[in-house]
Amino acid sequence: MSMLLVQALNGLQFGVLLFLVAAGLSLVFGVMDLINLAHGVQYMLGAYVAATLGVWTGSFWLGALLALPVALLVGLALEWLVFRHLYRRDHLSQVLATFGVILTVEEATRALWGSAPQTVLEPMALTGGPLGGVEIVSGLLYPTYRLIIIGVGVVVPLLLWFLVERTRAGMLVRAGATHPAMVAALGVDIRRLFTVVFAFGAMLAGFAGALASPIFPVAPGMGDTVLILCFVVIVIGGVGSIRGAFIAALLVGLLDTIGRAMLPDALRLVLDPSAARQTGAALASMLVYIAMAGILFFRPAGLFPGARA
Amino acid sequence: MSGQLRSHSLPLAALLALAAAPFLGFGDGFALSLLARAMILGMAAVSLSLLIGGAGLVSLGHAAMMGVGAYTVVAFDAAGVSEGVIVFPAAIAAAALFAFVTGAVSLRTSGVHFIMITLAFGQMAFFTASSFSSLGGDDGYTLYARTEWLGTRILDSRLTFHFLCLALLALVWLGCSLLLASRFGRVLRAAKENPQRAQAVGFQPYPYRLVAYTLAGAVSGLAGALLANASEFVSPALLSWTRSGELMFMVILGGVGPLSGAILGALTIVLLEEWLSHLLVYWRLVFGPLLVLSVLFLHGGLIGVIPRTRAALRLLPWTRRNANA
Amino acid sequence: MPDEPLLELNGLCKSFGALAVTSDLSLTVRPGEIHAIIGPNGAGKTTLIHQISGTLRPDRGTIRFVGRDVTALPFERRARLGLARSFQITSVVPGFTALDNVALAVQARGGSSFRFLRPVSGETALNDEARAALDTVGLGRVANTPAGALSHGEKRQLELAIAIAMNPRLLLLDEPLAGAGPEETERLVGILRDLRRRYGILLVEHDMQAVFALADRISVLVYGRVIVTGTVDEIRSHPEVRTAYLGEDALA
Ligand SMILES: Nc1ncnc2c1ncn2[C@@H]1O[C@H](COP(=O)(O)OP(=O)(O)OP(=O)(O)O)[C@@H](O)[C@H]1O
Ligand SMILES: [Mg+2]
Repeated sequence: MSMLLVQALNGLQFGVLLFLVAAGLSLVFGVMDLINLAHGVQYMLGAYVAATLGVWTGSFWLGALLALPVALLVGLALEWLVFRHLYRRDHLSQVLATFGVILTVEEATRALWGSAPQTVLEPMALTGGPLGGVEIVSGLLYPTYRLIIIGVGVVVPLLLWFLVERTRAGMLVRAGATHPAMVAALGVDIRRLFTVVFAFGAMLAGFAGALASPIFPVAPGMGDTVLILCFVVIVIGGVGSIRGAFIAALLVGLLDTIGRAMLPDALRLVLDPSAARQTGAALASMLVYIAMAGILFFRPAGLFPGARA
Repeated sequence: MSGQLRSHSLPLAALLALAAAPFLGFGDGFALSLLARAMILGMAAVSLSLLIGGAGLVSLGHAAMMGVGAYTVVAFDAAGVSEGVIVFPAAIAAAALFAFVTGAVSLRTSGVHFIMITLAFGQMAFFTASSFSSLGGDDGYTLYARTEWLGTRILDSRLTFHFLCLALLALVWLGCSLLLASRFGRVLRAAKENPQRAQAVGFQPYPYRLVAYTLAGAVSGLAGALLANASEFVSPALLSWTRSGELMFMVILGGVGPLSGAILGALTIVLLEEWLSHLLVYWRLVFGPLLVLSVLFLHGGLIGVIPRTRAALRLLPWTRRNANA
Repeated sequence: MPDEPLLELNGLCKSFGALAVTSDLSLTVRPGEIHAIIGPNGAGKTTLIHQISGTLRPDRGTIRFVGRDVTALPFERRARLGLARSFQITSVVPGFTALDNVALAVQARGGSSFRFLRPVSGETALNDEARAALDTVGLGRVANTPAGALSHGEKRQLELAIAIAMNPRLLLLDEPLAGAGPEETERLVGILRDLRRRYGILLVEHDMQAVFALADRISVLVYGRVIVTGTVDEIRSHPEVRTAYLGEDALA
C-alpha cells in the first residue's frame, strides 16, 4: 500500500514535469498555430545547463536558477533563426524544420558533452536522509525534493492561470489564439506577442529540465521521450487548453509511473515470472497510448477542446 | 504522354542508374548494401508519399509500420521459420493490421492531432519492441539467416537482392501511382483538397483514408521485411521517431506532388547521410541545418528543380527576348 | 402520389448558445417546385440549409426526405439519397479540372469507388455524363481548366453542374447568384428556369428580381421563424413582409 502511495507521488511529480513542458507547447500551438517538435530540446538543454552550472558553482540550486535565462536565450535565438519563418507555413513544413532543429541541437549536445549521462549535484539536504525526507505516513520517508516538484505543480498552474486570465498580455494571448487577424488589425504587434509567448514556453520547458535533472538521467534524447508524452498530454487534454494539459499531464504521469512499477508484478499473479516481466514491461509502455486511443475514441477533440481544433 | 514522361524523367533516370550501378563499379558488397537500403527506404517513402501527397495524411509514425514488418521476420526467425512464402506475407499482413488498427483511431482526428497521434502510436511500437527481451530488447536481434524462398537461399546473393529490391521499388511506385489515378485515388485526392465537397457529393472520407493508410502500412511492412534481410539485424532504432522524421524528409525533399519524388528523396538522403558520416564525426551538425534550410527554401522539392530552373532561366535578361518572341 | 412533399421539415429548432437561429420551423418542398427562402442577413437561412443537408444537427424537430426520416443521417448519406447542395461560400476541389469536379459527383452514384488500379480518367461513361452537366450550365469550354483558376461566377456555375451531375431529387442552393455580375446572373437564372420541374429546388437568395421570377412559393424567414409562406403575388402584397423585410423600394 505504501508502495502504491510512493508510486502515486512519483507519478504526480512526473506529471508536473510533463505539464511544464506541455504548457509551453500548447500555448505556442494555440497562439501561433506552430507545432514545435523542438520544444523537447529546451527541456534537455535546461537539464544539461543546470547540471553543468551546478557542478561549476557547487550548488544545484544556483545551477537550476541559471538554467532559466539560458533556456530563455536559446529559445529566443531559435525563434529568431528558424521558427519565425515557419508561422505561415503548413504543419508539415513545421514538423520537418523543427525536426531538423532537434537533430542539430542533440548532435551539438553530444559534441559538447559526450553521449554519457551527466553527473548532477544532489539538491543537497533535500534528497532524503534525516534532514531531507518527510515522513508521509508513519515509517515512510519521502524525499523532500520530490515533494517540492509537486509543490511547483501547484504554484505554476496558478501563476499561468493568473497570467492568461488576469493580465493584459494574457488577454492578448487568448485573443490572438482565436482571432489572430483581428488582434493584428487592432494594432498589436503580433510578432512581439509571439516572441514573448515562445520565450516563455521555452523557459518553462528549461525549468522542467532543470528540475528533472537530479531525478532522470541527463543524456541526449531525454527531450524526445518527454516531448512525445507531451503530445499525448495535449491530445488528451485538448489542443490549446492549459487546464486540459494540466489534468492530462497528471493523468499521463500517474498512469505511466504506476503502470511501469506495478504491471510486471501484477501480471506475476497470472503468468510465470519471466513472461510476466516481458508482457508487463511491454504493456506498461503501451498503457499511456492505449489510454489516449480510448479517450480519443469517445472524444476526438480531447477532454477540453480548446480554441483551435 | 510526353509531358508525363518528362515529369518522371528524373526518377526514371534514377531507376536506370540503379539498374546499371552494379556494372559501373558499384558492385562491391558495401555499395550494393547501401543502394539496397536506399531502395528499401524508397519503398516506404513512396507509401508515405501516397499518404501525405495523395491523401493529405501527415503521418509521423510511419517507421513503426516498417518496424512491424521487420519484427515479424525476427519473430519467425526466433521461432526457426525462415521460409519467405510464410514470412513475407505475414510481415505484410502484420504491418497492414497494425496500420488498420492505429489508423482506425488516428483517422478520427485530423490536422495537427493526426500528426501527434501517429507519432504517439509509433512511439508505442518502439517501446514495445524495446521491451521484448527475447527478441533482443534494446540491443536488437541478429538474424540466423536471410529469408529463404521455397528452401532456396536466393536472397543471399547480393546481386539478386539488389535487383529484387529494384523490381519491388518500381512495382510499388507503379502500383501507388495507379492507385492515385484510380476511382479510389480520385476520392482520396478530393477529400484531401476539400473534404466538405467530397461529402457533399456523397463520399465519407474516413473509409477511403483508412484503406489508404492500411495499404501504405502493407507496403512499409514489405519494406521492413526486406530491410531486416538487408542488414540481417533488427533493433528498435528502426522504429524510432527520428526514422519516421527521416522518411518524411525523404518525401518532402523529393517533392510531395508526384510519388516519384520520394524515390529521389530516399536516394539523396541515404547517400548524403553515408557521405557526411564518413566525412565528419558529428555529421548531424551539417545534416540538421541542411534539413531546416531545405524546408525553408526548397519549395516543391528536388523533383521541381528542373522545371523551376527552366522557368528561372527564362527570366534572365539575355534569354527573355527569346521567350517573348 | 405526386402530391407527397419531397422535403418536409417539422418543428425544427436550433440554437447557438442563447441565440435561437431556427425556431419551430416547418415547411415543405413539393416535387418540381422552386421554393424560395428570403430573409434579412443573419435570419438563419444558411443554418437551415446546413440542417437539411446534414452538416448541422437540429436540436429538435424532424426532417423527412423522399418519405424517409433523415434527421439522423450524416451529410454524405443524404447526398446519396439525392439531396444536393451548393455552398454560400463556393466549395469546389481547386486542384481538379472542372470536368473532374463533376465526374467525381457522377462517380459517387455509379458503382463502387473502391476500385484501385484502373485509371479513372479513362472512364468515358463518367466523363460523358460530366461533360453533359457542364454543357447544361454552359461551362463546356472550360472543362479542362483547373477549378481553382475559374472566375467566381464560373465556380458558382460549376457547383451547379456538380449538383446536377448528382442526379438529385432536391437541390439546396444557398445564394447561387451572390457575387455574380449582371450577365452571369442572367445566365444562372436561365439555367435555374430550365432546371425547374426536373428537381425540387430550395432556393435561398437575396436577389428579389430573380426570386420573383423563379419561385413557385416563397417563405420569409426572420429571426429563425417563417413569418409567411405564399405565392409570389401573396408575398409581394403581404403587409408584414413589406414592413419586416422588403421595404417599399424593393417592390417598386
Ligand atoms: N457556428 C455558429 N456558432 C454561433 N453562431 C452562429 C454559427 N453559425 C451561425 N451563427 C449565427 O446564426 C445566425 C444565423 O446565421 P446564418 O448564417 O444562418 O444567417 P443567414 O440567414 O444565412 O445570413 P446571410 O444572409 O448573411 O447569409 C447569425 O447571427 C450567425 O452569427
Ligand atoms: Mg447565409
